[in-house]
Amino acid sequence: MLSLLALALAGALALGVAVGPSGLALDQVWQALTGSADSVAQDIVLRVRLPRVLLAAGVGASLATAGAAFQALLRNSLADPFILGISGGAALGAILVIALGGAVGLGASAAPPAAFAGAIVAVLLLLAAAGPRGRLDATRLLLIGVVFNALASAMIVFLASIAGLTEGSRIFLYLIGNLSDARPALAAWVGAFLALGLAGLVPLARALNALALGDDTAALLGFEPARVKLALLLATSLLVGAAVAVAGLIGFVGLIVPHALRLLIGADHRLLLPASALGGAAFLVLCDALARTLLGGPELPVGAITALVGGPLFLLLLRRREGLLQ
Amino acid sequence: MSTPQRALELVSVSLAQGKRAVLAGASLSLEFGEVLVLAGRNGAGKTTLLRIATGLLAPDTGSVLLEGRPLAARTRREVARALALVPQDTSVPFPFTVEEIVLLGRAPHLGAFGFESREDRRIAGVCMERLGIGALAQRSIQELSGGELQLAMIARALAQTPRILLLDEPVAHLDLAHRLALEELLRSLAREGRAALLVSHDLAGAARVADRIALLAAGCVLACGTPREVLRPELMREAFEVDAQLVETSEGPVVVPRRAG
Repeated sequence: MLSLLALALAGALALGVAVGPSGLALDQVWQALTGSADSVAQDIVLRVRLPRVLLAAGVGASLATAGAAFQALLRNSLADPFILGISGGAALGAILVIALGGAVGLGASAAPPAAFAGAIVAVLLLLAAAGPRGRLDATRLLLIGVVFNALASAMIVFLASIAGLTEGSRIFLYLIGNLSDARPALAAWVGAFLALGLAGLVPLARALNALALGDDTAALLGFEPARVKLALLLATSLLVGAAVAVAGLIGFVGLIVPHALRLLIGADHRLLLPASALGGAAFLVLCDALARTLLGGPELPVGAITALVGGPLFLLLLRRREGLLQ
Repeated sequence: MSTPQRALELVSVSLAQGKRAVLAGASLSLEFGEVLVLAGRNGAGKTTLLRIATGLLAPDTGSVLLEGRPLAARTRREVARALALVPQDTSVPFPFTVEEIVLLGRAPHLGAFGFESREDRRIAGVCMERLGIGALAQRSIQELSGGELQLAMIARALAQTPRILLLDEPVAHLDLAHRLALEELLRSLAREGRAALLVSHDLAGAARVADRIALLAAGCVLACGTPREVLRPELMREAFEVDAQLVETSEGPVVVPRRAG
């Protein structure tokens, strides 16, 4: 099953590199990849499309893996990577720079690091608010997350309303989620944090299976629920922080992909976590290919596509779930 | 086993939640080779006692000995190899198969990254067969009835191959036939030299299955002894505030409560 998903990802990556608004023919793309094309085609393929596709893959993998992890943490298959307010912190960091950075000489390129810093601050606040006893109770975490997200969006609304017209539209784009800033360095950055996050999460997979039976049963199976949850939270915040930092709040990937994969391959996190990474990457690369080509010239924010594709898909899954329960 | 060692021993255990004393100096011991039923009215502290016996809760005062050694000094993994708990209610939020859930019972016996071996699968299979749910192995745990889920959770605990099995109201979701089957299973565990402690409101079942019954009231063990010693009208009145008569049947004494007035 994992090899099937890897195959799907490879297909999606190839498609993502092959299509774009510049309308290069397939043989030109191939020549560019093999180094025998003219310099314009070479630039388009290697400097524009390839980093863009890799960025989409990295962000999609990060979001879907984080979604699967948060669903395990909260024991709820409807949780998404943005639910605990870490994304709210990241968005606030980025939007602070977008709205006010100009005044202190910070350009748009400062937004991703600011967002990542915001995510780290948010996860530290989350841990502080979750209480000193370190039990990291799911309901408590959820409530704190709701409050954090509400506070962050209140401040974002405030910033948006005092920002100028250009900044305002960039804030809007950021909140929908888009991949238009696809510098190769950012793709590498997301890739690095994806590797770190996965390295932190995959060893937890068996403990996450046990946590599905509740903290008590997991503890009596020999696991340390509090330690597992803390490690999960830290690893996941790297994934969410990096993904939101470069791409804004791309919705539905982190919700839909793990949920759909669970229906296909089952709930075992040893399989589900790597499968989510592969599936999320493939899903976002495809959505991004649509976003770049749908209008012919100007591109759509990919967050709008994931919602358009993901929304109806999610409703279908919900209906199927209800069907199972009846 | 050379010397018959005590499975579990709780020595004058007390625990307060807020201002309410849930347990006030309760003492209880569980021997290998016996089935002990813990009974008492709702809120008497039965589940709390089980949680303390497993180390999930630390008592304010008193001590717990697991196989003769302080429970607090043992690692979770050591405890998980010695004892297993079937909690009162379990909800599983994800569509694991029954076999995957039962295999989780092997977790304390695996290495950190270990996938289950063929031997682990065999043990899980035997445990499912023992509970009569072998045919459900590949079904989603979320599609099971309450009783089937209960059986799967017991199979999961058995797969831990524990020397001590604790069960919190295991018969609550079970029909008559499965209650009898579970009683037979507990008796066979006792014959294998293992120990079983279960919380139950089913006193008729307790009279059939238990070597001893412990009555918990007001945070203390009010009485502990054979079913015939404990299932007495005066103790029933004290523990449950119910007037009851005892009816002798071929299956042991049965407590029949009288309506008030």
